[in-house]
Amino acid sequence: MIDKTVSTAAAAVADVHDGATIMIGGFGAAGMPAELIDALIAQGARDLTIVGNNAGNGEIGLAALLKARRVRKIICSFPRQVDSQVFDGLYRAAEIELELVPQGNLAERIRAAGAGIGAFFTPTGYGTLLAEGKETRTIGGRDYVLEYPIHADFALIKAERGDRWGNLVYRKTARNFGPIMASAAKCSIAQVRAIVPLGALDPEAIVTPGIFVRRVVAVDVADKAPRRAAAP
Amino acid sequence: MNEAAVIRRAREQMAARVARDIPEGACVNLGIGLPTMVANFLPKDREVLLQSENGLLGMGPAPAKGDEDPDLINASKQPVTLLPGGAYFHHADSFAMMRGGHIDICVMGAFQVSATGDLANWHTGAPDAIPAVGGAMDLAIGAKQVYVMMEHLTKSGESKIVDRCTYPVTGLSCVDRVYTDLAVIDVLPEGLRVVELVDGLTFDALQRMTGVPLLPPAPTK
Repeated sequence: MIDKTVSTAAAAVADVHDGATIMIGGFGAAGMPAELIDALIAQGARDLTIVGNNAGNGEIGLAALLKARRVRKIICSFPRQVDSQVFDGLYRAAEIELELVPQGNLAERIRAAGAGIGAFFTPTGYGTLLAEGKETRTIGGRDYVLEYPIHADFALIKAERGDRWGNLVYRKTARNFGPIMASAAKCSIAQVRAIVPLGALDPEAIVTPGIFVRRVVAVDVADKAPRRAAAP
Repeated sequence: MNEAAVIRRAREQMAARVARDIPEGACVNLGIGLPTMVANFLPKDREVLLQSENGLLGMGPAPAKGDEDPDLINASKQPVTLLPGGAYFHHADSFAMMRGGHIDICVMGAFQVSATGDLANWHTGAPDAIPAVGGAMDLAIGAKQVYVMMEHLTKSGESKIVDRCTYPVTGLSCVDRVYTDLAVIDVLPEGLRVVELVDGLTFDALQRMTGVPLLPPAPTK
């Protein structure tokens, strides 16, 4: 029997090794797998490379992982926010490496990894600092930059519901990077609000087919205070 | 120039002016900051699809107090709503909409716009600045029409319309139209054509404040 469910977040991240590259879903707090990140902090892996859109908000989730000094490098599009003080401090002290990637290139590099694409030409970033030193080509009169996929050892994502085959559905804009990160990592771990029986998810509405997911863990969010709606 | 006679557009008036140029049926992405305000001025009888980079099309207004949902936010990470008919999608689809030329208009803020439509809006280049780019570079090259909303002058009175951007660029030759507190200017192959001046402002006075040569409004036929 195929059963990808794992009983606890701690068990789900137990084999994360030092030096791992980890994709972390979320756009700000929406879709951030906070319970998996808490488990990763407790697990203790260090020297990590994190791939995500932001570099943490406030003092929780990804910001807490940064604060615990577990992250060597972050690959993201938008680190600087009103509440990114943890990242800001590490960056100014040169204690974290930043690879800044335009958001669409970040998404497509992740998608490309999951889809087996070796590299792709994108118009985004052409002629800017973020394309410096990269190969370019003019195709059909338009200028493009060569970008390579981003592979990861692990992806930590948040979905709404999942089943034991790893099928996932998401909730509203918390979907964001989840589906593409699930396909791009060797081991994708989804925290869900509920695990449902096989067949309970409408096959026409499954967003991430289970083939892309290695582990599913239900986290109890009922006892958590509602998350503050983040300021811009 | 008699400065007192010039009626500068307030931020709300700039937003209302941009909203006037967004046609029925357009798919529009409003950037973070000032452009977000444009949504407040779209006429109720005009159906416009607002896209947000974090995965929604058919974005509605802010929810009533108490109805905020942390899973339903816009690019500025503020709570929003979804209109009936709206859709959610993942990030690769969201940026395919931009890069693939499916967005009719995007509206962004800017530090500088050059005479040839280069845009600088992601990084001041200051050594202590923490850069953040988000979706700006994708929108700049992807949207069919790129509109910029910005003050005409910096706080120290320098023109933000420049011969060449001194800040790091977001995209090359990508801006189509600039809305400032003083004028509306089209970026055309022949140069920067003034489309509209605020009340009390002459073309010559605008030219004196602007860092590059402007073309006067085309004569009405």
